[in-house]
Amino acid sequence: MSKVIVVTSGKGGVGKTTSAAALATGLAQRGHRTVVIDFDVGLRNLDLIMGCERRVVFDFVNVINDGIRLHQALIKDKRVENLYILPTSQTRDKEALTREGVEKVIAELRKEFAYIICDSPAGIEKGAQMALYYADEAVVVTNPEVSSVRDSDRILGILNSKSRRAEIGEEPMKQHLLLTRYDLDRVQRGDMLKLDDVLEILAIPVLGVIPNDPLVLQCSNVGMPVILEPKSKAGQAYKDSVGRLLGEQIELRFTQPQKRGLVDWLLRRSA
Amino acid sequence: MRLFDFFRLNRRNRNTAETARQRLQVLVALDRSGGGGPDFLPLLQRELLEVIRKYVEIDLDRVKVELERGNGFSTLEVNVELPTEHLERRAAV
Repeated sequence: MSKVIVVTSGKGGVGKTTSAAALATGLAQRGHRTVVIDFDVGLRNLDLIMGCERRVVFDFVNVINDGIRLHQALIKDKRVENLYILPTSQTRDKEALTREGVEKVIAELRKEFAYIICDSPAGIEKGAQMALYYADEAVVVTNPEVSSVRDSDRILGILNSKSRRAEIGEEPMKQHLLLTRYDLDRVQRGDMLKLDDVLEILAIPVLGVIPNDPLVLQCSNVGMPVILEPKSKAGQAYKDSVGRLLGEQIELRFTQPQKRGLVDWLLRRSA
Repeated sequence: MRLFDFFRLNRRNRNTAETARQRLQVLVALDRSGGGGPDFLPLLQRELLEVIRKYVEIDLDRVKVELERGNGFSTLEVNVELPTEHLERRAAV
């Protein structure tokens, strides 16, 4: 049984693409055949984050509208087995996606892949609705910040009303919270919403808390999903999140202050 | 190139910004000159295949078009697998 998972948020710039790339890579690393689809037609960025931007020939929109075969548009990742990227068009707009077209592509992908990760565009309009329509599960990416939490709540409403599952009255979509850019120091100082605050408002189970980590930017600079950087705390937190997505019980890390020894202190100073 | 980047990152070389700058230069130049993707490719492929099909029967699932974009030039690679009589008709993986 394959699973379609949408990575969505409402608000832009919270880490949807970074998270979609990391989760897809993590699932593939665990041996599951995984494809990650860029739904942001006209503003394609997943290929940049995955580092395959120079290898894009055909895209999602070509498959839907121009009679290109799906396997010609799929880009096989060179680092991780079982991982494929379906890039989107940089030149068309959201109108290029039709529900029938998307349905056909997803049905075809379901035959071959265990996990289909849909990287949603920001907003709540057509593009975002297209990305979530066929999903079985949703990962709602949220920053501990007022506008992001509010937009996440809005997108939860849309997941519950405008998805295929909602429309045909199937079992509701499973929803997960992925709290990103979490800065424990600021949380402790009382400058940032804490996990429990966000959970109290959104009331969905937490998939992971990703610490704010400078390596995320460095990885995006070179086009490498952060989960492939073992030194990155964000990468480790994404690994845990992948485990939880697969149903494992893994305790949250990077949400409690750690006691620092002398070595840690020295390391932090030299880092 | 990517392997090189990977090692650079692992050695904690902080200058990933330079890599980002170079990647963006190539991409943005492409975006500005006619909007990024070679839109003629689907059509080019269709016509190319029609020509080949005049002479041999080919399986559309065994055609691979690859494009490698470089700084000074790009390479377009079209691989068409020609069937033998005993070609296995299994689905392309």
